[in-house]
Parts: sequence; C-alpha cells; structure tokens
Amino acid sequence: MYVGTEKVNVQTTIEDSPVQAMLSLKNVSKRYGSGPEILTDLNMEVRHGEIVCLVGPSGVGKTTLLKSLAGLHDITTGTIEVNGRVMSGPPEEMALVFQDYNRSLMPWLTVEGNLKFPLRHLKLGRQEVAHRIKAALKEVGLERAGAKYPWQLSGGMQQRVAIARALAYKPQILIMDEPFASVDAQTRFELEDLTRSIRDDLGMTILLVTHDIDEAVYLSDRVVVLGGQPATVLEVVDVPLGKQRDQVETRATPAYADLRSDVMRMIRTASSASRA
Amino acid sequence: MALQIGVPILILVIWWAWSNSSSNPFFPPLSEILVRFRELWLFDKFLSDIVPSLSNLVIGFAIAVLLGVILGLVFALVPVLEELLSPLIHFYRAVPSIAIIPVFISLMGFGNEVRLLVIILAAFPPTWIATMDGIKAVEPQLHEVAKVFRITNAERVFGMLLPSALPQIFTGLQASLQFSFVVMIATEMLGSSVGIGAMTILAQQSFASVDMWAGIVLLGVIGFLSNYLLGRLRARVLSWYDKSKALQLAA
Repeated sequence: MYVGTEKVNVQTTIEDSPVQAMLSLKNVSKRYGSGPEILTDLNMEVRHGEIVCLVGPSGVGKTTLLKSLAGLHDITTGTIEVNGRVMSGPPEEMALVFQDYNRSLMPWLTVEGNLKFPLRHLKLGRQEVAHRIKAALKEVGLERAGAKYPWQLSGGMQQRVAIARALAYKPQILIMDEPFASVDAQTRFELEDLTRSIRDDLGMTILLVTHDIDEAVYLSDRVVVLGGQPATVLEVVDVPLGKQRDQVETRATPAYADLRSDVMRMIRTASSASRA
Repeated sequence: MALQIGVPILILVIWWAWSNSSSNPFFPPLSEILVRFRELWLFDKFLSDIVPSLSNLVIGFAIAVLLGVILGLVFALVPVLEELLSPLIHFYRAVPSIAIIPVFISLMGFGNEVRLLVIILAAFPPTWIATMDGIKAVEPQLHEVAKVFRITNAERVFGMLLPSALPQIFTGLQASLQFSFVVMIATEMLGSSVGIGAMTILAQQSFASVDMWAGIVLLGVIGFLSNYLLGRLRARVLSWYDKSKALQLAA
C-alpha cells in the first residue's frame, strides 16, 4: 500500500528538501459526539505551492475532513499543522471557497462589498483594500462586475466572486469544497483553468475536494484517495502531467487516461469495500 | 396605478355626495368636516395636540423597535432564553395591549411617560419576534464563512446577521408601527386632555360630531402617512431583497 511509503516520504521531504509542508495531518480521527468514527488515523500533507485534490466515494467523509482542515470543528485525536504550527480554530493563512456560491455570498452587498467584508477586521489601509479587491477581481476576470450584486450574475460568475473573495484575503492556502459542482460543463473547464492559473500567478497552495475524478486528475499535482469506514487515506497518486495543461490536449494524453483509470479503480474498490 | 388612486377618490366623491344633504347629526356633510379639519388642525391645535401625539408615536415606536431588535438578537444568539421563556412570550403577546392601559394608569397616573411606556410595551413584541426568527433563519453557511474568515463578533452581528434578517425585521416593524399607533390613540382617549385621541373622544362626548369626524380623518391621514413612510424606507433599504426575489421568480 502507498500509505506506508507516503509516511516515509513525509519524513524525507521535511528533512531533505526546501519544500516544506504547508498543511500536515498526523493521526487525525474525528467522531461527532459519541457517534461512530468518521475519519481514522488519517495522515497526509500538502506542500507549498501544490494543488492537491481529495477524492473518494460519496459519503466517505470528505466534507468532515474539509471542515476539520478549515478549523470549523475540532478533531477528536491527532494534530493538524499549518506552517508547522498546530492548528486550533480557523488559521489566518487559510481561506475557503464553498460549494454553494448561492449561500456563501451575501446578497445585500455588491461584489466589491462581498470582497471587502472579510478584510474589515484586518485593519488594512484604504488603498491596500482597494488594491487587493482590484487585483482579485482581475485575477478571476471580473474587473467590471464590482458594483453589481451577486444575484445579478450567472452561477459561474458568482463562483468567481467567491474565489475572488478568498483571494483578496490573501491566504497562503486555499481550500475549495466541490467548488465547481453547481456550474455547467463549459464553465467548469474555465474555472479549473482559473484555479491552476491562480496557483501559478500567486504561488498559492490549493486543496480541493471533488467527486469528479477527471477534474481531480486534470487539476492536481497529487490526488489523495480517501476510503474505508471510518475513512482514511488509501492512496496518494502523483500526477506528473506537467505544468502547462490544456483541457483538450492534456485530457487526450495516454498518461492522463492511465491516471484517471487508476484513481477510478481505487475509488471503486474503496466504495465496494465500504459497502461490504 | 390608475385604479389605486381612482378608487379612493371615487369613494370620497360618493361620501361627499351622500353626506352633502345629510341632516343626521352623527354623519355631517363631508364639506363641513373638511372645513373643521382645516380650522382645528391647520394650525390651531397643531402645536397643542398634534405635536404631542406625533412625538409619542415616533419616540414610542423608535424605542420599541430598538428594544425589539436588541431582545430579538439576544434571544436568537442565546437559544436557551427562548426555550425558557417561550410560553411567557406567547402569553404576553396574547394579552391585548390596550387591556393593560388601565393598570398603568391606576398605578402610575396619567403622565406622558406612562403613555410612552405603554406604547413601547405594546409595540416591541412584533419586532422582537420577527428579529429573533430572522436571525435564526440566517443561512448556516454564512456562519461558516464568518468563522473561516475570522470575522469579529461585532461585524458578524452588524454586517451579517442583522442585514440578513432585515426582510423579516421589517415585517415586524410594520406590525410594531400599527401597535404604536393604536395604543397611542388609546392612551389619549383613556387618560389625557391633550392629543388627537383626547380631542376626538372629547368631541364625541360633547356631541360635536363634526369635530369628532375631523379627528378621525386626521388619525386616518397620520396612520396612512406613517405606513407609507415606513414602506418607502423598506423599499430603499431592501431593494436588494425585492430585486433578487423578482429575479428568482422570473428565472
């Protein structure tokens, strides 16, 4: 199994290479109250500047893990470290993009207002705020939508606003919870490319939860496969598809097809195992 | 739009025509009422009676709203309070507010502070309940957004919870305004010598039915205008809500 070797890799990475773990989970388990364990003995890490996708059969506990990572609830045992610091509560270097832009944006604020809101307590200068908002909107291609209200925009554009809100916060790590699940296929491709260009432009570390294997392989530097009941990391798959990716070209390569089948197989095994 | 203006005008015309030759002492001609209206209120009794009434209405309503919003917020944020006090709240709401006026008058006399107090006590529950419901209905994901972005509690309350609950709060405000208005008149009718309500009841008791009608018309006008102003305010403040709802329906 990969789990073991991955643990060894963690060690060598930390000691030998300058690439430090941005986020690392050690023996994490989670149960709600006195309910059954949802996550058990979960070990993984996300390195600086990496895009990691978290996949697994539906209901496996992806959301539970994500909420743990974001500090939205406490974990039962183990530790989560951000930049080498043990986390308690939402860390300041993290921002989250929710699945449902409809429910995570504030309809009484304009696009700019929505971006500005999380910045208020950072006590930044006016110019800095204006600059961050402008840069974030530019990054997601919505320079001219600042004065509009979110509900005046299409679904894809609203999700861009949600991404821009996270970017304006200037996190080092961006966590995305099935961010493209409620947009159409064309928009989804555009937003996937946007996600990669955000990483390339801003050097941001991105952890993305998805149920879409194609998306996971296309986006990631590594795919983490969750499975089992309670869930743990089954495999970590490296995705050596190069830095420049293209929705048509990359998806047509044999390497992509192989990786996709590999991950698909793992998830299928995982879900039949958890059903049994 | 034409109907909205046309129907009231038509009714006024009918009233005018029907009452014009009336010799019934209880239903004097509308023309006489309007003349008396002008004589009494514009502006003979304006300072002595209209201003005290209006100031009670405005101040009472404002304090009631403030109290209602604060209580609603506290009850929504501390759910155990509602659990403990819920039967009491419902009982309190069920007691007709006018029924408690005599108690206050006998306990505390006829002073204006008492009238204000009664208005506040009668008018705050709708805003209180509406605020509580509105804040409890805030999208749960917004709470997560607040947490992840480490938004301060004050910003969460004033920037997130209250704006989100504003549509419900306004429904409460409209009811609170009605209560303020009705109780304002009732307190004047029961225990006062000044105010529009006092003038109107005095006119009734001394068979000055033209004066009485002039008072009723003025009360109608004030009731209508205060509602209208609140409606305008609502439309301004909640234009985001109305427009987004309209867009949702159209889609």
